[in-house]
Amino acid sequence: MLLNIWFFLWGLLWAVYFMLDGFDLGLGTLLPVLAKDDNERRVIYNAMGPFWDGNEVWVITAGGVTFAAFPTTYAVMFSSLYAALLIILFALILRGVTFEFRNKVDKPFWRAVWDWCLVVGSFVPALLFGVAFANIFKGIPIDQNGVYHGTLFTLLNPYGLIGGLLFLFLFLVHGSIWLSVKTEGEMHDRGLSMAKKLWPVLLVIAVVFLGTTKYYTHLYDNYFQKPVLFVIPLITVIALLATRYFVGKGSEWKAWFASSVTIVTATFFGIAGLYPNLFPSSIDPSYSLTIFNSSSSPLTLKIMLGVALALVPVVIIYQAWVYKAFGHKLTEEDLAYDEAY
Amino acid sequence: MDAVFLSRLQFGAAAFFHFLFVPLTLGLSILVAIMETKYVRTGDEDYKRMAKFWGKLFLINFAIGIVTGITLEFQFGTNWANYSKYVGDVFGSLLAIEATLAFFLESTFIAVWVFGWNKLSAKAHAACIWVVAIASNVSAYWILSANAWMQHPVGYTIRNGRAELVDFFSLITQKFAVLSFLHTVSGAYILAGFFVMGVSAYHLLRKKEVEFFKKSFRIALTFALIFSVFEVVQGHLNGAEVAKAQPTKLAAMEAHWETEKGAPIAMFVIPDEKNERNRVEIGKIPGALSMLAYHNTTAAVVGLKDFPKDERPPVLINFLAFRTMVGLGFLFMLLTVIGWFRRNKLEDSPRFLKIMLYAIPLPYIAIEAGWMLTEIGRQPWIVYGLMKTSDAVSPIAASQVLVSLVAFVVVYTALGIVDFYLLFKYARKGPEVAA
Repeated sequence: MLLNIWFFLWGLLWAVYFMLDGFDLGLGTLLPVLAKDDNERRVIYNAMGPFWDGNEVWVITAGGVTFAAFPTTYAVMFSSLYAALLIILFALILRGVTFEFRNKVDKPFWRAVWDWCLVVGSFVPALLFGVAFANIFKGIPIDQNGVYHGTLFTLLNPYGLIGGLLFLFLFLVHGSIWLSVKTEGEMHDRGLSMAKKLWPVLLVIAVVFLGTTKYYTHLYDNYFQKPVLFVIPLITVIALLATRYFVGKGSEWKAWFASSVTIVTATFFGIAGLYPNLFPSSIDPSYSLTIFNSSSSPLTLKIMLGVALALVPVVIIYQAWVYKAFGHKLTEEDLAYDEAY
Repeated sequence: MDAVFLSRLQFGAAAFFHFLFVPLTLGLSILVAIMETKYVRTGDEDYKRMAKFWGKLFLINFAIGIVTGITLEFQFGTNWANYSKYVGDVFGSLLAIEATLAFFLESTFIAVWVFGWNKLSAKAHAACIWVVAIASNVSAYWILSANAWMQHPVGYTIRNGRAELVDFFSLITQKFAVLSFLHTVSGAYILAGFFVMGVSAYHLLRKKEVEFFKKSFRIALTFALIFSVFEVVQGHLNGAEVAKAQPTKLAAMEAHWETEKGAPIAMFVIPDEKNERNRVEIGKIPGALSMLAYHNTTAAVVGLKDFPKDERPPVLINFLAFRTMVGLGFLFMLLTVIGWFRRNKLEDSPRFLKIMLYAIPLPYIAIEAGWMLTEIGRQPWIVYGLMKTSDAVSPIAASQVLVSLVAFVVVYTALGIVDFYLLFKYARKGPEVAA
């Protein structure tokens, strides 16, 4: 029971991270497309301004919880995905410092350099998180000692790349919608029309992903054993359609929530299929790391559960308050504010 | 070069770099919070400008501390997989709790503070920077408890082929954790105090915004004085705890080879590691080492020679790091005491101001020296007495680590240059003109 709860929480933390930082990563990637001049670029930075840092902590917590609850998985997952993970971390570093550095020197060249850091620092994690998770769904070539037999390029197989594109486009749509949430007028319309343009591509990738998943992975085994699980991808599909519907109606907040549900349930589609594996081996299923053979002791799990149940709701409450306090549309006054990005 | 050596180098470089920024975050957040509280209490606009000016420097510094912390957490998995497997049950929870309890708070409320000047009431806004300051320091407590466990493992048992938790409470309440925390944050407060005093001195020497920088200087001076004195006294307790918990570290940092009663401390030593002796020893104070370690001038202190060769840390580097840290610690006390007597005539003390300006890097050196002693002095253990560093590494190719190490050095050097450039730029520029 304890192990199942932790498996669920582990998936939830990743899902929440993708939902929250997803729009930052998507919007950052689209910076050159969505903004035409420096003022518009500043709008995009400030649309993410008060949120991105708090969003990023969810990935640190997801990592920390993997370490605390499933230390063997943490060890093998992170050392196997060494190159991919470090590239993601370097990208997130560039993305993070860009917010602080960009507005500190008023020169076009300086700003252009940091703008590119934002684009690269957003695009790379969006893609690689998808590649990494698709590979985990598919199985990783690890032996009985948790030693990885492959390279960075092993991960760049067709299914891994489809997963990468899926995450990328989920985040691009999510980020475009967020821009319209935070703006009025031209930028607002541009965000929605970008979401409209990207949506059919996302739909195609999602269909291809769902189909190829049958071919490349064992995720559906759990679904056929417990058909009730099909509710999860069903919600994903409905939410994805709802996203397009609300985008068409110009209800950006509703579209953003629909897109959030899409991302969370898409993550859980994979997580539910993975159970009870956390890090399956493609060499031999018996080498797979599961919640049973890679978890912490019951005492640690109980203490951590107490901590999580006490603190995570509090985190959600104050972060929700921040979204409420700063979720309004940006105005000229906001951009003239002397601490604005 | 093997994966162990390269991984150590990489972790060392990443930790060293991270800790160029964290101490200022820990200390300056409190100073900014004090300034803003004064503004709320007195309504004096100068204090608001102060919170904004020092707050801007705080933010430039804060960003790098945050982003470089993530790579440290994740490196336990990428580079030290065997460590993570073996001790994760005990060690992992501390990092996870740090993220959930403290990291979320500081990262969320720093944004509220930055964007909230016009949105929140003055009191609520000041409360935000206090949340950031307290959360950063709470975060330090969890990280230092985790490090303290590597220095002095407690509350575990070996079961199922790994270290498993039996007493969580002892991890966060053990003496080593409390002492490391007090020692580290005091050092951070000294650093922040010297930073504010140094930047203020720069402007006072140029007679710019004299009242503004005199006030800033005095707040920082009081802060740095308290913690410089505290640090010297507290550091002594740390030394005694190291003597008990890590006798090899004590022996290495004092280049103490032979077990003897009434062991001395020499002021100047040239250790000769190959021949297990000191080539030169000048200015011996008899019984001082015994006194330091056991509060008794005749107590026996075990020498390095009585430990197996493969359980001894390197001597010279620990010896130098220790001397550097302690020497600077006394200097900080001296400078802040002098400052205290000059606090009301700062503008007439150009020589003192100049010294304080050039003293800005010194606490950085002291703090990094302290960490070198802590970490290199623990070698060859990753967890003292429980697991060797050489057994802790991930099963990964050295070439892969070499590539990432080069990437770390290149990226971090570039970021460091940019960040210090911006700190200088904004420190020199001074506060916005009063409205």
